Amino acid sequence: MSGPAIDARALTRRFGTFTAVDGISFQVERGEVFGFLGANGAGKTTAMRMLIGLLAPSSGSATVAGYDVATQAEQVRRRIGYMSQRFSLYEDLTVRENITLFGGIYGLSNRDIAERTGQILSRIGLQRAARELVREIPLGWKQQLAFCVALLHRPAVVFLDEPTGGVDPITRRRFWELIYEAGAEGTSVLVTTHYLDEAEYCNRISIMMDGAIAAMGTPSDVRRGLGAATLDEVFLRLTRPGAAV
Amino acid sequence: MRTIFFLVRKEFLQIFRDRTTVLQIFLIPVVQLLVLANAATFDLKQTRLLVVDEDRTTVSSGLVQRLEGGRQFRVVRRTSSGAGVEQALLDGEVTAVLHIPRRFEQDLVRHHRAPVQLILNAEEGAAVGIVQSSAAAILEAYAGELERTLPVMRGSSSAMMPAAPLDLRAQRWFNPTRNYKHYMVPALMVSLTTIIGLLLTAQNITRENELGTLEQLNVTPMTKVQFIAAKLIPFWLLSLVIFGLGLTIGKTVFDIPMRGSLPLVVLAVMVYLIVVLGLGLWISTVTRTQQQAMFVAFFVILIFLLMSGLFTPLESMPRWAQLAAEANPVKHFVFIMRAVLVRGAGLETVAGPILGLAAGGAAVLTLAVLRYRKSAA
Amino acid sequence: MRPILGFVRKETLHLLRDRQTLAILILLPLVQVLIFGFAVRTDVREIPIVVVDPTPDVATLELRERVAASERFRLVAVAPSTRELDSQFQEGSVRQALVLPRDVERRLGRGDTLAVQLLTDGSDPNTGGIMQGYATAVLRRWHADATPAARGLRIEVATRMRFNPTLESAHLFVPGLVAFVLTIVSALMTAISITREKETGTMEMLLVSPIRPAAIVAGKVTPYIALGFVSVLLVLVAARAVFEVPLQGSLLLLLAESGLYIVTSLALGIVISTRAPTQRTAMLAALAGLLMPTLMLSGFIFPLESLPSPLQALSHIVPARWFLVVVRGIMLKGAGLPTLWQETLILAGMTVLLLIAGSRRLTIRLD
Repeated sequence: MSGPAIDARALTRRFGTFTAVDGISFQVERGEVFGFLGANGAGKTTAMRMLIGLLAPSSGSATVAGYDVATQAEQVRRRIGYMSQRFSLYEDLTVRENITLFGGIYGLSNRDIAERTGQILSRIGLQRAARELVREIPLGWKQQLAFCVALLHRPAVVFLDEPTGGVDPITRRRFWELIYEAGAEGTSVLVTTHYLDEAEYCNRISIMMDGAIAAMGTPSDVRRGLGAATLDEVFLRLTRPGAAV
Repeated sequence: MRTIFFLVRKEFLQIFRDRTTVLQIFLIPVVQLLVLANAATFDLKQTRLLVVDEDRTTVSSGLVQRLEGGRQFRVVRRTSSGAGVEQALLDGEVTAVLHIPRRFEQDLVRHHRAPVQLILNAEEGAAVGIVQSSAAAILEAYAGELERTLPVMRGSSSAMMPAAPLDLRAQRWFNPTRNYKHYMVPALMVSLTTIIGLLLTAQNITRENELGTLEQLNVTPMTKVQFIAAKLIPFWLLSLVIFGLGLTIGKTVFDIPMRGSLPLVVLAVMVYLIVVLGLGLWISTVTRTQQQAMFVAFFVILIFLLMSGLFTPLESMPRWAQLAAEANPVKHFVFIMRAVLVRGAGLETVAGPILGLAAGGAAVLTLAVLRYRKSAA
Repeated sequence: MRPILGFVRKETLHLLRDRQTLAILILLPLVQVLIFGFAVRTDVREIPIVVVDPTPDVATLELRERVAASERFRLVAVAPSTRELDSQFQEGSVRQALVLPRDVERRLGRGDTLAVQLLTDGSDPNTGGIMQGYATAVLRRWHADATPAARGLRIEVATRMRFNPTLESAHLFVPGLVAFVLTIVSALMTAISITREKETGTMEMLLVSPIRPAAIVAGKVTPYIALGFVSVLLVLVAARAVFEVPLQGSLLLLLAESGLYIVTSLALGIVISTRAPTQRTAMLAALAGLLMPTLMLSGFIFPLESLPSPLQALSHIVPARWFLVVVRGIMLKGAGLPTLWQETLILAGMTVLLLIAGSRRLTIRLD
């Protein structure tokens, strides 16, 4: 794969008269961990849904892993992983059955499935729970499992929509270690979050406001550009421009 | 193919993990077949009759006796005046009233004809026709009997000269014992298989949509055809099993006739199920919540079943409704079942309907695939 | 009271905002009334019949004309022999055949016995019986007229159809349909909407809130009471406007009884929802416990009198059975409360029992 992992150009999505995403352009490099920040309703999820082919763009274009999201959606789908905001593995299947199912859908061989199932289970320490229904395991593990399933077929890009919502701090740390491991193996990661401390872990971040990108760069660039000491401050200034800091 | 295999396996795992559902899927049709086969009958056991006998003669008493003699009528009350008739009908104390007017015997003897009035509670329309015709038959037989026994008035004997008698031999084909169950059990099997299959498929995709798992599938490279096929196959197999159970019960418990070829029936079921389940899947793709899906499915089922000739004769429907019924898969399937099982018809009779069903199946499946969207426009 | 009101408002808004569901809930019952009223007939007519007449003459021509003129029959063909009959009956293109002997007119003139065979497709014993009755009547009348010497005794029956003089199918179906639609809208929909909250986990959130569980359930079902009423009114108006189904009794009483039945159905829905963990289970339970009994064991399609006695006993616990007596009584017979108080009382009793059962389950769940 040559070129950037994600290349969005003037990507726009309107719902009726409401513009949810307003001409955003950005690039994500191979192996980069890119953070998407913004308040609820800023357009992060809509932008992500366009990039993974769940929503057609109203105008503008984007390529993911070198393929156009509008015209080559199937090519894109083969090369991406996705973990949605809502837990979306099958609660009434066991851990192992979930992994097998998605391995099968992505066309992995039986040997690959068996091998990677073992890897995943040992990596997140779920060996003993392999035969448990997903419904029965704690939320932190569920989230880690969902992440590993999203990476199961070694995608070029993985999209994480608020992956650490409602998870305890230790698990969150553990989760970010997994994200780094993925990045180190060459997978690009696009992650939305509204935990500002998490944004500091990203290689680069973009802050979305009212559907547009208000600031973009490495966390320190963004802080410096707005003359703020912390990202919290950056965020406050952007969302409430009049507020004195 | 491999993708379909994994998806089908997943459906089976999900269904069989939910013990309650498995129990329901298999028990409901079996229990309902066993119970309702006894309910689905228009065969009137007994009609409660009120006789208003204003004549009070031997002839009128004889008439009442004949009515009581048959198993069709039970004379609840006998009065000599019309008072209270209305109330008895209103309360449901009786469903029929026979009014024998004064001078009944006299009229018969003098004029050879005499009127009686039969008042029927027509609330339950279907049954009324039978009551009416059996009452008429009893009266006719009684008239014939009187012809031979009644002392004929002088002077009219010439009019009573016997004419060329009519020797009517009525035969009922296909169901000589008039066993209603032979007729209704196949119909119930069709209904139950249709209901369970359609409801389960209609609910299935919307459920995944509601739970959020559909989104996860939609970002995978799984194709629409693979998805619909994987949703169809498990329920198709389940429905076949349900139908097989029904057929076994029908044969062993109710001893329904199987005059035609069993493989032909099985072939028809296999094709028919594709139409029904495809329709369910299509409903599942056009509705957003399970609530909607089920509501639509329930109503589709009701219209299909009631306009299929299962419970009411198709010929009685107006022309346009008969034309519309051509698009009703249940109608064709019921036709095939009855033709093959009851009347022993062969492939040449049912090939047309089977092909029609196959075309319908292909159409609804195409519709479901086209309608299913992996992404929002 | 305040929290309940707020909750009712929330649920009502939910339902009103969900246009698609609302449209489905309102339109489909209407479509059904129209289809049933126009299309589903329980009487028998247009029976496809064949007359086998090996030697046509004036007498048989007269018979053929009588058969063709009757709206009961559709004379498909006049055949010279019975050769085709087997396959025609098998196909179902012919359901009855009248097989005449040779030289009918000569036999009639000579006073010979006329042996006629009447074949009827008896696979449906009910329709078969009716068809046989009609054909016999036509045949006998023709025979009586063709043999003027025969003037035996005749008892002439004048039949009067009470409460539905024209035997109009719509008049019979509409009351049943009212019961059916209410069962679906009230019982099935509430069962599913409560189970849905359980399935998606929002019920837990409500249960830990200070609102009492009974209030939550009351809030959930109230909009469906309104919706049930709307359905009943729509069905009644359509029945009235399109099919001229009479309303002999009091509209007020009918609405009051409908209100009672709606609550009965809702209570049933609540009981189902307290037991069903998923919407699928609730749906199948509703199918087994509501849909089929309401169709088959209430007198809607099959007369209750025809049921074998164990099933007649079973039908007593089907609420629709009692409601159907009430609706038919009010609409077709003009009956009032003095006639219908027993049924009303039974329905009310059932409702109370179901509500107690439902709310007890709810409180137990909270422990």
